[in-house]
Amino acid sequence: MDKIRNEQIRGTVKVEQFGDKAREARLRWFGRVLRRNRGYIGQRMLEMELPGRRRRGRPQRRFMDVVKVDMEMVGVKVEEAVDRARWRQMIHCDFQLLQVTVRDALNQAMDEELERDERVFLLGEEVAQYDGAYKVSRGLWKKYGDKRIIDTPISEMGFAGIAVGAAMAGLRPICEFMTFNFSMQAIDQVINSAAKTCYMSAGLQAVPIVFRGPNGASAGVAAQHSQCFAAWYGHCPGLKVVSPWNSEDARGLLKSAIRDDNPVVVLENELMYGVAFEVSEQGLSKDFTIPIGKAKVERPGNHVTLVSHSRMVGHCLDAAAVLAKEGIECEVINLRTIRPLDVETIEASVVKTNHLITVEGGWPQFGVGAEICARIMEGPAFNYLDAPVIRVTGVDIPMPYAKILEDNSTPQIKDIIFSVKKTLNM
Amino acid sequence: YENLMTVLKNISIVFNLLLCTHPFKKCELHRLDQGPPTQALLTREQGLKYYRTMQTMRRMELKADQLYKQKIIRGFCHLYDGQEACAVGIEAGINPSDHLITAYRAHGYTYTRGVSVKEILAELTGRRGGVAKGKGGSMHMYAKHFYGGNGIVGAQVPLGAGLALACQYKGNNEVCVTLYGDGAANQGQIFESFNMAALWKLPCIFICENNKYGMGTSVERASASTDYFKRGDFIPGLKVDGMDVLTVREATKFAADYCRSGKGPILMELETYRYHGHSMSDPGVSYRTREEIQEVRSKSDPISMLKDRMISNNMASLEEIKEIDVEIRKEIEEAAQFATSDPEPPLEELCNHIFYNEPPMEVRGTNPWSKLKSIS
Repeated sequence: MDKIRNEQIRGTVKVEQFGDKAREARLRWFGRVLRRNRGYIGQRMLEMELPGRRRRGRPQRRFMDVVKVDMEMVGVKVEEAVDRARWRQMIHCDFQLLQVTVRDALNQAMDEELERDERVFLLGEEVAQYDGAYKVSRGLWKKYGDKRIIDTPISEMGFAGIAVGAAMAGLRPICEFMTFNFSMQAIDQVINSAAKTCYMSAGLQAVPIVFRGPNGASAGVAAQHSQCFAAWYGHCPGLKVVSPWNSEDARGLLKSAIRDDNPVVVLENELMYGVAFEVSEQGLSKDFTIPIGKAKVERPGNHVTLVSHSRMVGHCLDAAAVLAKEGIECEVINLRTIRPLDVETIEASVVKTNHLITVEGGWPQFGVGAEICARIMEGPAFNYLDAPVIRVTGVDIPMPYAKILEDNSTPQIKDIIFSVKKTLNM
Repeated sequence: YENLMTVLKNISIVFNLLLCTHPFKKCELHRLDQGPPTQALLTREQGLKYYRTMQTMRRMELKADQLYKQKIIRGFCHLYDGQEACAVGIEAGINPSDHLITAYRAHGYTYTRGVSVKEILAELTGRRGGVAKGKGGSMHMYAKHFYGGNGIVGAQVPLGAGLALACQYKGNNEVCVTLYGDGAANQGQIFESFNMAALWKLPCIFICENNKYGMGTSVERASASTDYFKRGDFIPGLKVDGMDVLTVREATKFAADYCRSGKGPILMELETYRYHGHSMSDPGVSYRTREEIQEVRSKSDPISMLKDRMISNNMASLEEIKEIDVEIRKEIEEAAQFATSDPEPPLEELCNHIFYNEPPMEVRGTNPWSKLKSIS
């Protein structure tokens, strides 16, 4: 049986939540009552106290009690009821934009692409009958069967090579690594067999393959399961490397990756799988793709530019919200693609804000932030910098296990805030 | 049977079509009840074709040797002379629509899979007329249904299993021939490929070209078990004399039929020998004796064996063979001439073909002001 969430059904037919609609009706009536002539019975009933002894137990909730809570929720005051049009506008509840988790976004993207093109298939450990180690491929095996969704034995080098060979013969495989830490066993196939082949053959042999899986730090999985590979894969020509943050990124980038005729590495994040985001109607369409190689300005600002990818984008937005209260407006850029890097977007932002901070979960040496620093220095934006570029990165150690140590091994919101204030000399 | 053969022989003389039946030694089998047939039919046309192909390959490799010593070819150059029967026999046993992938000793297979000698030599000399426009070199030549030419030892075996998976997926009754050497046979990824190929019954013919030496290490010093045809364990295997083109052909046909019938992968070990060292930088005599090389050359050379067989069965005359040799020599000379005179690839092409089917993009050069153009 299909598991479809309520939010999805409501979002598809564009219906509001019942409680919200009832609240709107209450407040609408309340406003009407207030606007009537003085002495209207409805108004007298609002404040009336019933005579006689109160019954035992908790006092019954009266209309005013409920309406007070409603008004607080919506954010209106009694005085505002006088203006009918404005009152109506403020209490109106819109249907909520569909909330989709990153996991479901990836699942839907793969489902739609499997349906669209017969040559697409998924292989990896536990992707079929187990529904995916992190449930990203839930339901796909039931729908498409053994031919399109293939469970492999634990042989990364072997099955990555098999996926590349299938791509060379014209199929469009999605090769899942349970985490990118295990891709190190197969990295020869990714780089030497997939990435370099189109160039070595002078365009005779294409390799339309997608390598995807969770990348970077998780929670309590310790050193061998927490490495970020953005810098390693981002180093190699012939590869495209993307790193989605939210659900829309995940959907659009994975679809673009599958439709691309070249090897693409999709670095997901395990901690983001369960996080839900609003996705616009456009973002839910079957042909929604995000171009590889374009960054997105998630939040405009004037004082400092924060550039990040994957989970850290969320941290940057949270830091920006805190700093906004102090009057510092941060411009937050979501890289979306690691290779090719969208330097133009970063440069345009630096020209505006004059301060740049890069935020990443990976290690500092030879990392994504290091590359951004070098590119900014080599480009026109250098002359617009009022301070050196700052890199906020993971601590330069293998990931420890104990919670307090792990928490202090990757950038926290306070680190970003601290760096912003430092660079702005505050 | 005798009468039939006499009648046929008489008819064939009239129609200038000579047949010969050829008995060869039985193949050693692993997990197989029956092996390939012990007799093969060779028509004159086939014989001449195999001879011509093998001789062309031989002369091509010797020309490459010459060019390398003149420093016109540089880098890696792994020569195939001595092993011609393998490439020609395999090609005769499969269809052009089947797939083939091998490692770096690939010039022979590049030729049998349809690339001209001219394009091969020009690729070795790094000129724009090369099959990969000079971008690939000795180890990275590609053609239709030929996937190289792979430099990383053993990496081509999972790729071959993947090609077989694609054949199975598309249901087109094609097979994939995946070649590797005795040195690569100890790579872990090969056993991973065996496991998955057997599990999913992929139509993959794994072929181990055992030329007795992995670079400078003999098979006894490298492998705990030198029965490479048995190393597939649960995969049936056969050991074949790789110096006899007909034996290789019949064994390949047998293997291809096995795979096409959906029984899964099969493993073939070809016993063969390379005259040159591992590559041009290896003289090839520090780990084996000159006597050994000489003995193989005189007793088991694939081209001589085929020539002798054809002449002794009156399928061709010595003059005919000599004529073919002269033609081939001329062809190789012309190709070498092209390969040495063709210009090198233009610098504008430096950054092309990084991606397939991609709009033009900019690539960083050696310094920040150098912005190079890349089209696909």
